[in-house]
Order: sequence, then C-alpha cells, then structure tokens
Amino acid sequence: MELGPYILLASLEGAVTAAVLALTAVGLSLVFGVMRVVNIAHGEFFMLGAVIAWYVANALSGHPAIGFFAALLIAPLLVGALAVAADMTILKRLDYDPERTIVATIGLLYILQQLTLMTYGPEARPVEAPFNTRIALPWVEWGESGLSFYYPWGLSTTSYKLAVIAAAAFVLLGVWAMMARTKLGLVMRATQADRDMALAFGIPVERVYAMVFGIGAGLAALAAVLIVPIQQAHYLMGADPLLLSFIVVIIGGLGSLPGTVVAAILIGLSDGIISVFFSPTLAKILATLLVGLVLVFRPQGLFGARAA
Amino acid sequence: MSGARVLTLHLGLLVLLFALHFVLPAYHHGNLARIMVLAAYAVGYNILFGYTGLLSLGHALFFAAGMYGLGLMIQHGGATPAPAFMVGVLAGAVVAGLLALLALRTTGVAFMIVTLMFAQAGYLTILYFGEWTRGDEGFVIQQAQRLLWGIDLSQPTARYFAAWALFSTAFLVSLWLVRRPFGRTLIAIRENEERVRMLGYDTHAHKLGAMVISGTIAAAAGAAYGLLFGYAGASFASVQYSIFPLLWVLLGGAGTVLGPFVGTLFMFYLIDLSSGITSAYMLIAGVTLVLLTLFAPQGLVGELRARAFRWLP
Amino acid sequence: MTLLSTRGLSKSFDGLQAVSAVDFDLPQGEIRALIGPNGAGKTTFVGMVCGRIPPSAGQVMFDGQDITSLPAHKRILLGMAYTFQITSVFARLDVSENVALAARRRHPPKKVAVAVDEALARVGLSDRSDEEAGNLSYGHQRLLEIAMGLAQKPRLLILDEPTQGLSEGEIAGFKDLIRDLAKEATILLIEHNMSVVMETADRVSVLDFGVLLAEGTPAEIHANAAVQAAYLGTG
Repeated sequence: MELGPYILLASLEGAVTAAVLALTAVGLSLVFGVMRVVNIAHGEFFMLGAVIAWYVANALSGHPAIGFFAALLIAPLLVGALAVAADMTILKRLDYDPERTIVATIGLLYILQQLTLMTYGPEARPVEAPFNTRIALPWVEWGESGLSFYYPWGLSTTSYKLAVIAAAAFVLLGVWAMMARTKLGLVMRATQADRDMALAFGIPVERVYAMVFGIGAGLAALAAVLIVPIQQAHYLMGADPLLLSFIVVIIGGLGSLPGTVVAAILIGLSDGIISVFFSPTLAKILATLLVGLVLVFRPQGLFGARAA
Repeated sequence: MSGARVLTLHLGLLVLLFALHFVLPAYHHGNLARIMVLAAYAVGYNILFGYTGLLSLGHALFFAAGMYGLGLMIQHGGATPAPAFMVGVLAGAVVAGLLALLALRTTGVAFMIVTLMFAQAGYLTILYFGEWTRGDEGFVIQQAQRLLWGIDLSQPTARYFAAWALFSTAFLVSLWLVRRPFGRTLIAIRENEERVRMLGYDTHAHKLGAMVISGTIAAAAGAAYGLLFGYAGASFASVQYSIFPLLWVLLGGAGTVLGPFVGTLFMFYLIDLSSGITSAYMLIAGVTLVLLTLFAPQGLVGELRARAFRWLP
Repeated sequence: MTLLSTRGLSKSFDGLQAVSAVDFDLPQGEIRALIGPNGAGKTTFVGMVCGRIPPSAGQVMFDGQDITSLPAHKRILLGMAYTFQITSVFARLDVSENVALAARRRHPPKKVAVAVDEALARVGLSDRSDEEAGNLSYGHQRLLEIAMGLAQKPRLLILDEPTQGLSEGEIAGFKDLIRDLAKEATILLIEHNMSVVMETADRVSVLDFGVLLAEGTPAEIHANAAVQAAYLGTG
C-alpha cells in the first residue's frame, strides 16, 4: 500500500482508539476533577467491563447483537455499582486523602486483577460484534485520465468500527449535557469548585463523590464493552488504557473535560500514525517520558486550560 | 538513657539475624537471605517515604539500575563482582540524582505520578534494548562470575552472610542518619516543609540528598540481588517492584528504623504461606495494601511506637 | 543604623494590589509594630521581607545588603527569624526537638543543647521539653514558636500576630517577654491587640490597602485622624 492510503487507514484505526480512549479518560478526569483523587484502579474497571461483557454475551444465546447490547447496559451498571461500593467502603473512610487514596487504589487494582485471574482465567476471549460489515474505502489517484477513484487493497474498515466512533461521540455529548444541563451536573460542578462551600449549601458531597466515582468507572466499562469485539477480553488488559488515560488527562489539563477530549483525539490519532514509524515500545517510552515532563514543567497541561 | 536502649535493640536484631543461620533449618536460609536483601531495599525506600514524606512510585528504577549496572558489567563488560557492584551502586545514585532534579519540582500526587512515569520509561527502555538485557526473560549470572575475593556467593552460607552484611550496612546507615541533624531535618520536612524553610534550611537540597541516599541503597540492594541470586530480569524494573517496598514499609511502619525489615519479613512469609492456597499472590498484596491504609496507616512498628514505645527511632 | 529597609516593595495577586510601593525603614534595636485592618497586606509585606513571597516589584535591604533575590533560607541565615501567624510547630516532634531544629542552624553542634535549654527557659517551657508539641495548649504552642525564634539568635525577629488567641494573663507575660527580647534583637511585630502595641512598641507603622498610611510613636498614631478613620474607629 502507498503511504497516503496507509495513513488514512492508520487514522481510521486511530479514530477508534481515540473514541474509546476519550470515554475512558473522561471517566478518570471526572473523578480527578470533582474528587481531586487519582484512581489507579481505573484500568481495572475498564478490564472488568470487557470481562463482564464476555460473561453476558456468553450467557445469552441467539443473535450476537442480543448479548452485546445486553452487555452494553449491564457491564457499566455492574462496574459502576462496584465502584460506588469501593468508594463508600474505602475512599470515604480515607477522607479522600490524595496520597492514601492512591495507595488504596493500587491495592484495589491488584485485588480486581487477581480475582479476575482466579475466576475468569488467563485466557483472552472474544465477544462477537453485533454487526460487522466490511466497508472498502476509495482513494484518489492522479492518473492519465485525470482524477480517478480506486479501491486500494487492504484499505477498509468495518461498520462496527464506525459505530464505535459514533457511539463514543454520542456518550461524550451525553456526559457534556449531564454536566452542563442537569441538576446532578450542577451539583458536581459546585462540589468541584469548592467542596466546603458545597457542604455549607447542603449538597450531600459524599453522595456526589460516590456517584462521580461510579460514573467514572462506568464510562471506563462502557468503553471496554465497545472495544471488546475488536480486542479480546483479558485480565491484564487494564494497564494500557490506564497509562493512555493518564497521558490524556495530564496533557489535556488535570480535571478539564474539554481538554481531555481534545487530548484523547490527538493521542488516539497520533498513536495510530506514530506506530507506523516507531516500534510500539519506543512509542510508549516517549509517551511516558512526555507525561513525566509535562507534569514537571507544565502541570496545567499542554493546552494551558488551568484546572479550577 | 534512650540512646543505649535504641542501640541495644537494633544491634540485637543484627546479632539475632547473624545467629539464626546456625539455628534455623536450611530451608529458611535462602528465604532469609532474600528477605534481608529485599529489606535493605525497603530500608532505602523508607528514608525517602517514611522519613522525608515523599511517596515515590518509581523506586524499581533505582533497584533495576543497581541490578543491571552490575549484571551488564559482568555479562558484557567481563567485570568481576566487586567493581561491577560499585558500578551498579553508582548507576543508582546517578539515576536517583537525575530523577530527583526533575521530580522534586513537583509535590504530592504529581510527585507520585512523575516517579511512576519515569520508572515505567526505564522499564520499557530495558525491554527496548532486549538485545543486551534479554528483556522480560532476563539473563543468568553464572556461578563462575559470582566469585567475590574467592568466595562463591552462590553457596547458601556465603550468600546468607553477604545478604546479612548488606542489610546490616543499610540498617545502620538508616539508624545513624535519622539520629543525625540531617535526618532530624528530613523528619521535620515531612512534618512541615515550609516551617523548616523558614528556620533557614535549604529544604530542596535536603530532599535531593534524601532521594540520592534512598536510591543508592535501593541500587545496592538491586545489585546484591543480581549477584546473590544470579539473575537479572526486566520484571524487577516493573511497577510491581516499586509497589513492593511501599507495601513492606507501610506494613512494617513508615518512618521507623525497624519497620522495613518487619514488613518485608511478614509479607514474605504471608505470601509463602498463602502459596499453598492460591498462586495469585498479588491478591494478598492488594488486600494488605487496602487494609493497611484503612486500619493501620502507621504499620506494625508504628502502632507499637504510638502505643507503648515512644523512644523507638 | 538601619537594619531593614524596603524600597517600592509591591505585590499583586492576579491584578489585585496587595502591597503597593512600600518604603519602610527599621533601625536596629527598635520594637516596631505593624498594624492595619484585616487584609491590609501586613502578612504579605513581611512575607516578602523574609522571602516566603516573591515581590512583584521593589527591593529589600537587610544590614546594608540587597537581599531581594535571596531565597528564604539564606535570608534566615543572615539573621532573620519569622514566627508564623497560624501556629505551625512540628506537632509530632518533642518540644525540645522543635527548638533544636531552630538552634542547629545557628549554633555549633556542641552548643545546641544549651541554646535549647536557654530558649525554653526564657519562655517558661523548661518542664515541658519532652512532651510532644502537638499536646501543648494553644498558648504554650505560641510560646514554643517564640522559643524557636529565640533559639535562632536573630538580629531581626518577625512576629506575626503572636498574641492571637492568648488569654489576658498570657498576654501580660508576653509583653514582658517582648521587652526582654528587645535587648538583643530588633523586633517587627504584626499585632491586633492595641494594648500590646501601645505598651511595647517604640514606633508604629500603619498599613492600609497595601499602602503605608502613617508612622510614628504609639501616642502619635493614637492621635492620628487618618489612622482612626481607617482602623481604630472601625475597631
């Protein structure tokens, strides 16, 4: 394949990565923004979403779409409920102390990961996509007879991948609408701006926190259900989304939702294209160094959106 | 006088560990040697986390710098153990100093994430240069290459006393340090850095010093681990090996001289005992971390100190 | 001789002018009170003097030397000491260790213990030296702050609202202590309690909206109409 079509393909794959990453990272960003804590177990909530999707899809017979759409509903709810429980039993008791919360969520990471290993096992298992039509994509060429279309071999995507991008965009709009237009969003923003003031105004801050932690985890689980027909469910699959979400949240400006989405698109797209030129390990080395250096020299993120 | 009491207790532990070799059945020799080396790692970690109040999530970088500094010198440089060990320790000190210069520009959560990220970059770098490091698989350091001044360090007895010597050194350095003005200042920085600055101390220089000492001890432990157990692998640079010293120190008691050893000992045998029930030993580690943060943030020795023995350093 | 002076010292936070162009001179050996309504910029001003807060403009001179670009810890080593407005002793360390931390910066190792005992004796905390500082009563913690300042053997002692939260009896003892301290150190005292100001200060400077409004003896300041309007009148 020539470079042009190749980059189009890489961008399309990158757009899928970006879509899923945006959902996962917005979950992490929401938790950091409102609660001011870093959830190291966020990647495991993602992983649980995928694993639960496999269980649900496996339990339901009939057309694969039934299992998938059931998983789309059940997995985020279950994972969200688990996160709420973790918030109420662990984080609340630590009084959301930033450092102790990190240590506790590291513990939670290993608990969730190892319990999954003990029950679900070490295998990687696929979930069938609800629909999966191949769509060949055209490319333009400047030939003898002027501009002409043709279909390069290998330049294609699937209806499912396009649906993932659309679904992620739809959910992100939903999150935005929730934050900007609903009472819950208002309460969340008030808590983010000034916890003590929110308490003084009678906002049940503890319930808001539990809710936010649940929503954040639910978003990660939702992202995982969307990706699991493309990438199989595995008990160690949480590490990469965690790292990438970190990169996105830190580069986008800690706690800033628009910054997070922009950074997710940027990182997702460049991830596809960078891997054309670099080995995946080298790309990861550069990414981790970038996060470290941004935190050291530009803690407000590359886009300068200062967190409240 | 509490000074004499402190010295008796801590030297007593070292004498006890020395004597245990002649009492315990052979099965425990290997275990204890490993525990002492890992406890030395925890002692190093404790200087930064327990006494200075800086929670690093990247100490595996220093441990691995020591291990690979030694391992690569032996494997590819044809060095003998003594200079290779020095190279490992020096590598750890340099890496710790460089990371400190960057990471100490941040505080709190940002410091944790920055150390985590740089350590992860180090781990990935080891994988990237797989041709030299053999990546995840790692490489064995042959018995013939582990002769230190004619002593075969692969022999259980020699290994036990080498581990004991390493641990004793780290342990005494830490005890000495926290009773010196420098160490007292670190403790004060942990309690209230701004106040220390306004007493005329250069707190940044103190934190830098603490991080270099901490990283150097971690590197010495890493180098010794490679030398005594004859293996260097990328897993020792992974996040897990940054979490372990945090776990041990939290369990034993952060900011106590005895804590790192107590925590390492307990955790080691906890995992050893549970291996009969489950192979998912990291589950035990995770549960312990959560329970400690919830119910005993001071750790075992810390709780003892708070309840009965205020004189413990 | 002038020990401390500032020229055009200013600080703005996000466009808000907290301190504007303050020219201030403090001769050696004086007890100077710095008064002004809440939010007048007193703490910001002394923060810039001792290096906690970088100024937006202006200079700080100490003992004839321009120290504007020196970091806080170096200024302290030149002979300044600063006690915090909000009590900030090391709560989990012993009382004696608190003072020793201050003394080690000033005294050779062998003299530290003596300096600690002296400082504690002067504020009357000798019998508490082995207690955890956090267990002391509020008034005793304030005294411990002052003992830490004393142990530094400062040439300039900056006390930020030292009598806040003290009882009447403790305040009376504090006045004696201040007069006693003045024998060896120049004192800059931020104070709300007018009786402390009137009875201890040689001179008084009044800061209002970040501007130096007036300066004079306690009696002059008491009689000054502008000060009355800005400050005393509003209680």
